[in-house]
Amino acid sequence: MTYAAPLVPAAVSSAGPSWNIVTDLHQMLALHFMVNAFRAGTVVAVIAGAVGWFMVLRRQSFAGHTLAVVSFPGAAGAIWLGISATAGYFAGSIAAALVIAMVPRSPSGRERSEESAVIGTVQAFALACGVLFVSLYGGFLDSLTGLLFGTFLGISDRQVLTLAVVAAGVLVALAWMARPLFFATVDGDVAAARGVPVRGLSVAFLLLLGCAAAEVSQITGALLVFALLVMPAAAAQQITVRPALSMGLTVVLSLVTTWVSLGVAFYSVYPVGFYVSTIGFAFYVMAAGGRRVASWLATRPPRPRRLAHGPDGAGLTGSAVRA
Amino acid sequence: MMATLDPFVGLAHMLDHPFLRSAFLAGTCIALAAGLVGYVVVLRGQVFTGDALSHVAFTGALAALAFGIDLRAGLYGACIVFAVLMAALGRRASADDTVIGSVFAWVLGLGALFLSIFTTSQSGTGAVGADAGVNVLFGSVLGLSSSQALSDALVALGVVVVFVAIGRPLIFASLDENVASARGVPVRALGYTFFVLLGITAGVATQAIGALLLLGLVAAPAGASQRMTSRPFVAVWLSAGIAVVSVWFGLTLAYLAPRVPASFGIVAVATMTYLASIVATSHPWRNRTRRRPPTAVTPAATSAVAASRGDLRGA
Repeated sequence: MTYAAPLVPAAVSSAGPSWNIVTDLHQMLALHFMVNAFRAGTVVAVIAGAVGWFMVLRRQSFAGHTLAVVSFPGAAGAIWLGISATAGYFAGSIAAALVIAMVPRSPSGRERSEESAVIGTVQAFALACGVLFVSLYGGFLDSLTGLLFGTFLGISDRQVLTLAVVAAGVLVALAWMARPLFFATVDGDVAAARGVPVRGLSVAFLLLLGCAAAEVSQITGALLVFALLVMPAAAAQQITVRPALSMGLTVVLSLVTTWVSLGVAFYSVYPVGFYVSTIGFAFYVMAAGGRRVASWLATRPPRPRRLAHGPDGAGLTGSAVRA
Repeated sequence: MMATLDPFVGLAHMLDHPFLRSAFLAGTCIALAAGLVGYVVVLRGQVFTGDALSHVAFTGALAALAFGIDLRAGLYGACIVFAVLMAALGRRASADDTVIGSVFAWVLGLGALFLSIFTTSQSGTGAVGADAGVNVLFGSVLGLSSSQALSDALVALGVVVVFVAIGRPLIFASLDENVASARGVPVRALGYTFFVLLGITAGVATQAIGALLLLGLVAAPAGASQRMTSRPFVAVWLSAGIAVVSVWFGLTLAYLAPRVPASFGIVAVATMTYLASIVATSHPWRNRTRRRPPTAVTPAATSAVAASRGDLRGA
């Protein structure tokens, strides 16, 4: 076990931000690896927003988490075997998506408890395999924290291209099946009765989710995909119920989260996954809090009218009534 | 971790090594606690809570390290506080709940921050910081000192004793909360006690197999035993037995193959046992010939049998 250097080279982070956004951006984008990080982050944010929106609507966030966790042994195994980690991420997630799709849904009580035991075991075993591969590979901590908590260093042009091609494929597929998928999600029984292939859509969506989870893992790390896959979508769905609007909002929120996180992480020594999850969570808290306040304002009993007319005794009664 | 060239000669002398004696002592007790508590976790369909606790355990331990407190204070403190919180939320806390999922993802992000703070603050003696982070994530049962092993074993045995004391009403309440409370079982108090036990178990298991892998000792043996028998009081001890055997085999595996992490060996054996139990109990011909009624344990059967025989038997 060797000691790992901090995730950001000291030469980069020691400069510190000038707090002039134009200068800072200029400084960051002068470095090719940072340009690639922003390209990859943008691709990942768009796909995470689009797929994550459906995932939150379908209440499959735990499945998304599991798929991302399985991408960790995929990537670690690929590094150990000397293949590219990107291929490993996709192989792990897509294989797991196929397995989950094959397991029939069992909604009754006792079997549901069994299903959760299976998922928990699969997660633990996947992480154990990941740590085995990392240990066999030898470079213990360096790759480990990057795989688990995200890194934006050393993203190659080729990797950006792979991410973009897969993301484009996923987005096209998602656009093609968006309407029936939405129908099947909102009301599965009615959709099935009207001839929508609900089961097929569910399998197809899991595969898309696998691809998305694999892509997001490469920025946020396998353990923190919730940050991009769930939080922006959950925040947007708090703000508006109109499907198209909230989906657009999801993509915007996840883009902002990613860009700000990359920018902040560039100037700091802490892992990018921390910033992504913190900013995503802050958006979610603001959205949920805002909605609470808005609904409280809307349902609040109207103030008694006489209160507005001045302190002639009527105001006292008004406040007494309210109290 | 030095195995001799001939593995069987090495195996005979395995327990001569003090660190392996410590590992077996602590591992056995921790597995016993995890297997027992895990059975009720699975019975209640609360594996998700275990998953959440593993995030909290990681963050708690590393926060303690980052602030220079004793690791165990942070570990147990965080686990118990969050376990009680989850108990307060009750059954509303489901796996696909985005609120809870988001909170725990953020907690994990904080853990990553603390890991980073701790590693950079230790840059003079970097290996210490790096190892501590990996140990919290993936366990260090082979690195326990004998005094640590003893205290872990005592904590785990304490959990076992309390669990045995409240086991019968706890399993009754977990099978059917309404019937149990109607019969005067203090369901709420039992729930809180159980979650505190779960928190302590998560804390102690984190030291053995790591925060990220503790589900392997909590969920897998319990799932396997639930497959093998529908009698709760047999299943609960079977689950503990599977967990203990997994730890023994896992440690032996790690001893024979030094490149294999001990926690991988433990989780792998537990997972394989679960897989075997699934394969063995779901033969296609068996399903076709003996189709069981859809509800294995009905409330009426539960209470009637419990009352008459003092035993909870599957219908």
